[in-house]
Amino acid sequence: MFKCKTSPEVGGMGHSVKRKEDARFLHGKGNYVDDVKLPGMLSMVMVRSPYAYAKIKNINKEKALKIDGVLAVITGNDLAQYNLHWMPTLLSDTQMVLPTDTVMHQSQEVCAVIATDRYTAVDGAEAVEIDYEPMQAVVDPFKALDEDAPLLRPDKEGQKDNQIYHWEQGDRDKTDQVISNADIVVKERIYLPRIHVASIETCGCVASYDKDTKKLTVYLTTQAPHAIRTVLALVAGHVGLSEEKIRVIAPDIGGGFGGKVPVHPSYVVAIAASFLIGKPVKWIEDRSENLVNGFARDYHMDCELAANKDGKIQAFKVKTLADHGYTDASANPSKYPTGMFSICTGSYDYEHAFAELDAVYTNKVPGGVAYRCSFRVTEAAHAIERMVDKLALKIGKDPAQLRMENFIKKDQFPYSSPLGWNYDSGDYHATLKKAMEMVGYDDYKLEQAKKRKEGKLMGIGICTFTEVVGAGPSKDFDILGIAMFDSADITVHPTGKAMARFGTKSQGQGHETTYAQILAEELGISYNDIEIEEGDTDTAPYGLGTYASRSTPTAGAAAAIAARKLRDKGKKIAAHLLEVSEEDIEWEVGKYFVKGAPEKSKTIQDVAFAAYTNIPPGMEPGFEATHYYDPPNLTFPNGAYICVVEVEEATGAIDVKRFVAIDDCGNIINPMIVEGQVHGGLTQGIAPAMYEGIEYDDEGNVLNGTLMDYLVPTSVESPHWETGHTITPSPHHPLGAKGVAESPTVGAPPAIANAIIDALSPLGIEHLDIPITPAKVWDAIQAHK
Amino acid sequence: MIPSNFNYHKANTLKDAFALSSSLGEEAKYMSGGHSLLPMMKLRFATPTDIIDISKIEGLSYIREEDNLLKIGALTTQVEMERSSLIEEKYPIFKDASKLIADPAVRNCGTIGGNIAHGDAANDQPSLMIALRANFVVEGPNGKRNISVDDFFHGFYMTSLDPSEILVEIQIPQYVDGSGSAYHKVERKVGDYATSGAAVYLELDGSEYCKQIGIGLTNVSATPMRLSRAEDLLKGKVISNELIQEAGKIASEDCEPSSDLRGSEAYKRSVTNTLTKDMINAALGRAK
Amino acid sequence: MKHEITLKINGESITKEVDSRLLLVHFIRENLSLTGTHIGCDTSNCGACTILLDGKSIKACTYLAVRADGSEITTIEGIAEDGTNHPIQKAFHDQHALHCGFCTPGIIMRSIDFLEHNPNPTEEEIRWGISGNLCRCTGYNNIVKAIKQAANEMKNETV
Repeated sequence: MFKCKTSPEVGGMGHSVKRKEDARFLHGKGNYVDDVKLPGMLSMVMVRSPYAYAKIKNINKEKALKIDGVLAVITGNDLAQYNLHWMPTLLSDTQMVLPTDTVMHQSQEVCAVIATDRYTAVDGAEAVEIDYEPMQAVVDPFKALDEDAPLLRPDKEGQKDNQIYHWEQGDRDKTDQVISNADIVVKERIYLPRIHVASIETCGCVASYDKDTKKLTVYLTTQAPHAIRTVLALVAGHVGLSEEKIRVIAPDIGGGFGGKVPVHPSYVVAIAASFLIGKPVKWIEDRSENLVNGFARDYHMDCELAANKDGKIQAFKVKTLADHGYTDASANPSKYPTGMFSICTGSYDYEHAFAELDAVYTNKVPGGVAYRCSFRVTEAAHAIERMVDKLALKIGKDPAQLRMENFIKKDQFPYSSPLGWNYDSGDYHATLKKAMEMVGYDDYKLEQAKKRKEGKLMGIGICTFTEVVGAGPSKDFDILGIAMFDSADITVHPTGKAMARFGTKSQGQGHETTYAQILAEELGISYNDIEIEEGDTDTAPYGLGTYASRSTPTAGAAAAIAARKLRDKGKKIAAHLLEVSEEDIEWEVGKYFVKGAPEKSKTIQDVAFAAYTNIPPGMEPGFEATHYYDPPNLTFPNGAYICVVEVEEATGAIDVKRFVAIDDCGNIINPMIVEGQVHGGLTQGIAPAMYEGIEYDDEGNVLNGTLMDYLVPTSVESPHWETGHTITPSPHHPLGAKGVAESPTVGAPPAIANAIIDALSPLGIEHLDIPITPAKVWDAIQAHK
Repeated sequence: MIPSNFNYHKANTLKDAFALSSSLGEEAKYMSGGHSLLPMMKLRFATPTDIIDISKIEGLSYIREEDNLLKIGALTTQVEMERSSLIEEKYPIFKDASKLIADPAVRNCGTIGGNIAHGDAANDQPSLMIALRANFVVEGPNGKRNISVDDFFHGFYMTSLDPSEILVEIQIPQYVDGSGSAYHKVERKVGDYATSGAAVYLELDGSEYCKQIGIGLTNVSATPMRLSRAEDLLKGKVISNELIQEAGKIASEDCEPSSDLRGSEAYKRSVTNTLTKDMINAALGRAK
Repeated sequence: MKHEITLKINGESITKEVDSRLLLVHFIRENLSLTGTHIGCDTSNCGACTILLDGKSIKACTYLAVRADGSEITTIEGIAEDGTNHPIQKAFHDQHALHCGFCTPGIIMRSIDFLEHNPNPTEEEIRWGISGNLCRCTGYNNIVKAIKQAANEMKNETV
């Protein structure tokens, strides 16, 4: 286990210090985007399409403009005059800011109403009259590639059908050969439906352009302020918005989970409106706008897993159809159109795998962003973990035993996976063993056998996932060409207190505390004496932002290394103060001392003061350091989750009796915060497993666009989570740490699905797609009668 | 989400309310707790010209036994029902229901009268009213009248209330020894409208014959539904397991659900079957 | 239609003119600049806008401002003096019961009402007691623990 090097007062790594950011939130003093009020601020409301696919025949602004307080109605044609009606997506596709002639999905922004206040703007939006000519929408992605399917993107040169791209990885022929010769092959089509992050704060912005200074300030619900600033400069450079004149401020964010990574068209319209009118313009999404815009998942995966008769896995193959909506607006690194989906070979040691994916256009909202897991790891883990269970069922082997027999062994790390990842560290056997002991696996197996004899449905589900986070090394990972490093910039003041700024942006993860703890660990300055700032592009160093559990692996590492640079400078200063040579100075947390004479020492505070007051000859004054960290590899957190359920045959009701999550995220900075992240991720795991899914009808209408019908779990649905850890430090991260926040969202759904399906297996049920609701269970039971 | 413009009027007395209603016409709507009407207005499904606030009218919030009746003032909030010791002791069906209606903060505002008068088959109180054979006292510009629950619900959001009338009191038979009642609903998550719900009230005589029975179903038909065929089956008999099974079967046959996000029609019929049986058993348990 | 309303907000008497349709949550946030009360769903599902109206927790997104005439309103800004904590605020800090903080004020206001009527709740009762308040970050475990802690501390205070 991890041993703390610092005292609780200093609060370095391993201490569960309470969060520094709490006070303002507890007292209603958080500053979220909708709390921003600027003099003369106007309000913007979008008019949205009721149709999934339609020609726009006419937009009549007249009635709206007659309403007292309505100042402008902005259409696609208005933006077209400035060539601002289209914008690029992160993956080199194009997305409408506002349409000029065709709407491509229900609820697409059609025009914007600007008014003196929110109420008037809503009235204005109601008064805009739009003539549509509805067309037959392409809703089913499997029909998008039919010959008679309408070509949805004729605007794209050379686009002859609705396929966006084909992607593949691995050795198809060899994998096929192994599968065709295998003793056992299990197959399944697994669907992970569209879901939405539904952070409790929706998206929004306040755009404020000053016509005199030509400076644009945008308060924005964004997880990646610097990247957004660059995108804005690229999109609007031609109208005179230049990057040094753009200031993006991400204030407090009410939950992100990936939903606040994209550039929403409405942001661009608000900025354009402020640019044209010269006054601040606020746009705040309402909940329905939020739920029907953007999405995660939507992968249809045809899986095949091959093994010998003893259950030794030999090959895995998956062919996926991805519904991307009308444009590819996925938020993935440029070279990874399917994110890290090729992690789908999982935690098991075998040689052969092949994954391929076809992405198609449909008349649905674009997105393909995160739901507390950015880069398609959830899809990958679900595929392999369901298939491993199916294999266990097929050969009649205990799923825990099957996993133990197939795991990559501790001494095989670093491990090259069949699809090319270099897993850094793990001890999968120990992690699963700990979970089994904590839940009381053997006792539950006995109880299950007894219950089955009584005709009762009880299930035990396991998921042993491997995650891949911390993008990423610059040779492979970039967004719009910008390498995915991250940054820390530390200033230690003369009095020994510090301020540090980062390129990331917390949305609740507790950066103001954990980053201070990293610096406390490295410098010995109390975490209480260190202020952390993020989110303002005018002051923070450039970074790629917070998503995909990358902050600790990248910016956390940057903090440690920047602190070590300071320590090196401090050593020279200490030598000067103690009048010895630098080689004679040693460091222990918080102070420098003379080798062999520990009573001769200088604290880090002494040294900081000297850096401004008593500088060694020839040395640059000040005590500051910056580091931009380019990680050598990703980190591979992992975990073993076990879920116990009971299912009532008559009603399909599902009762989650226990859920144990053992995570291995390497060394832990703040155990309290890590545990909190795991709790939250688990609830965002049970959510898609049992409750959430965006439902469409045949016309492409969203059927559950409010929180009345999009079923975010409450405290009653959310089980009492039980958590624990194994610690296998990352060998390449300066602190031995890995990311953690998205792990539970990756690991929980397969554990829950496996448990429910295990409960139903005596009835002959071998698979159900999530969300597994009582209604779905009941229907499946009837179908197997 | 913001409602379209309307004019707000506060009524301090019933008389005030009727006068306002008469002068403002049919596009004016009464509002009590507001938790059914205001959401519809915010979504602009309802656009009344005027709102007459009746929530501040004195004397319409009470729970008391009188004239062999339990009388509940229509402005009694769900939370007042939940916390009443009289309800807890003798009318547990209301406690069963209130825990399942929306959530605690909504129940602080929502009234029992509003839950009924909104005429929504998805609301929970209507099926309780059917099981308990409630009488509704309604008052309008032309005076008071009584409407039996069986004459009250007409269709989708439609009741036999005139636009100017207000439901003022709910009356149900006073508790008698040997009576029992229970309500439960299946919901997708806590606070949801019912996938299906069943309310059962019954009275047994000394030799356990069923003297009186009422069964109401929630959200499995266009209007709140009485399960008459099962009532007829059970009335006057000792309620055996076989009869309960038969009643459940009738529930699944007679309910009229449609497939939607809450599940398939077949699933809802099955759930209604199970709930009906469970609630007959629960009511029997409380009656004995 | 305009109405003059007079009410007490966090102990202070105020008189303001409001439109018939102005929602209480907007009145509190925009007219009174008390931005600790948040808007999360517009349909009274999420509870981010929960405040106390005459001591009862209600969802301010589904309440007309004009109806608050003559009432006493308490928001998150009004439950403790600056620089001090209400026992529930303290417990939320102690138990790490908040991440992004957006749902937090609503859950705290709901908890005050809940503990008033159930000063000694079980875990199950707490979970049902806050079931009208959604939190997307914490998974609720620590919120339940915090409310339990607050219940204990508040009981000891009143003894």
